[in-house]
Amino acid sequence: MIKIWSMKKNEDAAAKKKPKTSAAQIRVQKDLTELELPSTMKTNFPDLADLLNFTLTITPDEGMYKGGAFNFSFNINTNYPHEPPKVKCTQTIYHPNIDLEGNVCLNILREDWKPVLNLNSVMVGLQYLFLEPNADDPLNKEAAEELRRNREHFIYNVKHAMRGGNVKGVQYDKVLV
Amino acid sequence: MSIAVNGDASSSGWQNQYYHVDQVLDRPGPRTDPSFLAGDGVKDFLRNQCKILVIGAGGLGCEILANLALSGFKDIHVIDMDTIDISNLNRQFLFRQKDVGKPKATVAAEFVMNRVPGVKVTPFYGKIQDKDEDYYMQFNLVICGLDSVEARRWINATLVNMVDPENPESLKPLIDGGTEGFKGQARVILPTITSCYECSLDMLNKQTAFPICTIANTPRLPEHCIEWASVLEWPRVFKDKKMDTDDPEHINWLYNTASKRAREFNIEGVTWSLTQGVVKNIIPAIASTNAIIAASCCNEAFKIATSSAAYLNNYFMLIGTEGVYSYTFEHEKRDDCPVCGGQTMDITISRDWTVDRLIEMLVERQDIQIKKPSLSTPTTHIYFQAPPQLEEATRPNLEKKVSELVDDGGEMTVTATTLPFSLSIRIKYT
Ligand SMILES: [Zn+2]
Repeated sequence: MIKIWSMKKNEDAAAKKKPKTSAAQIRVQKDLTELELPSTMKTNFPDLADLLNFTLTITPDEGMYKGGAFNFSFNINTNYPHEPPKVKCTQTIYHPNIDLEGNVCLNILREDWKPVLNLNSVMVGLQYLFLEPNADDPLNKEAAEELRRNREHFIYNVKHAMRGGNVKGVQYDKVLV
Repeated sequence: MSIAVNGDASSSGWQNQYYHVDQVLDRPGPRTDPSFLAGDGVKDFLRNQCKILVIGAGGLGCEILANLALSGFKDIHVIDMDTIDISNLNRQFLFRQKDVGKPKATVAAEFVMNRVPGVKVTPFYGKIQDKDEDYYMQFNLVICGLDSVEARRWINATLVNMVDPENPESLKPLIDGGTEGFKGQARVILPTITSCYECSLDMLNKQTAFPICTIANTPRLPEHCIEWASVLEWPRVFKDKKMDTDDPEHINWLYNTASKRAREFNIEGVTWSLTQGVVKNIIPAIASTNAIIAASCCNEAFKIATSSAAYLNNYFMLIGTEGVYSYTFEHEKRDDCPVCGGQTMDITISRDWTVDRLIEMLVERQDIQIKKPSLSTPTTHIYFQAPPQLEEATRPNLEKKVSELVDDGGEMTVTATTLPFSLSIRIKYT
């Protein structure tokens, strides 16, 4: 057997025994503890010991979704940051880029995810969806259509849905703060 | 002069079974390592002492097991969590039709033992994560022939963590083989000394993901329909029930759902095997690529075990997509690698020091330059600067003594905006 350990090893390399905190865990610690969230976003950890599962509440202070509180669940797996976090809206909301199951159309959550991105990028991206809903990437086609055709009426629908109203046969959750 | 020929399987041992291998073990050559013991010394080590672990008994694993057994390794262990599927038989040549449904590790072990006299192969049908450090400690070498990034990251991190500077035997060379269609790589990882698997993760080909709105609204490809079934329909229909990509019934459901969608949009090409391929992210395996990569891995294992020639430093890459091209280079260790990089600093403090005092000291140290550090151990969040809920929950720890939270010689992970990744500190008490 080759004598690897007799190779000239510097003291530092020998002292580099790492703790058994997983790479994903350390990266999540770094992402979370460096978050600088505006007052419109708040994280909540149902289990304080579990950093990999939590929720984010967004309360937009401008735009057509102002006055609502929108909840998203974050599930991070052990392949983070090589895989993006799984993010879903936990309420039924009227939004062109979010479907009734809570799936979110945000490029950095799928095709454009890169390990250099972090939880902050995702949260900022989500908040942006409420300031600038986008009719070009529809997940709720009815809502996207309405936004494209008649912006005024779309805004009316948003307000109505946020109060827990029914839009085109779909019952939306009440999300007013 | 007697020339050894390949023996036939029915005989209970071959004449001059190791005749060819002995040609390189009986005398030193210009490139042998100074520690090379020509003749009986090295043969005794290889055949009576060396214990090698093979992870994976699939396409690469079958080739690796056969190569190792034929080159004179006699104490081989193999781990695999899968059972044999009919689609494996074209390339996983240790398996026959009658073996379908049986564990790969067990069948492969029996096959090799029947075929190569004097070799002991010990199978384990299960996950690598089922085994602990004591198990991995018994081997001299580990060879991986895996198709999963996650499993590779796990074994890599485990072997790096096992290295104990006080105990040279704790350093287990890891030889990692991987193939993707006509491409492949073989590499030698000396945990903590050379670049590790995690150091090179950014070289991986990114798996293709389609925009979710394309899948939902404007599918054009059969893959779009399959992703629609797995990403959107499965959770909608089955709620929290987890999809198991190894369960044929789950694949069946996805296949049927995707086919229906494909018909609606006039898309052709949704098949059962494409469905399985897309959800498991499988790139078709090619027998010849597996053979080349497995041969390279076993060649390295043989050289490391015998020191009969210089081993690979440290990355061999094969590209067979257009012609046959190969390239060998030294992949560099990354200082900010979350597994093998970073620094571990020894910090000696008094047993009375509070966490707050420790943080103050870390911030003041000129040599590390950190601001707003957050601290944890593998089991405890000691102090987090943010988000508010975690800061509040960990704030009471600031007043506690470090010695109540961390044992003497225990390690802490420090993250901070000013650090590229993280810093490990080992706490010692005066
Ligand atoms: Zn590394």
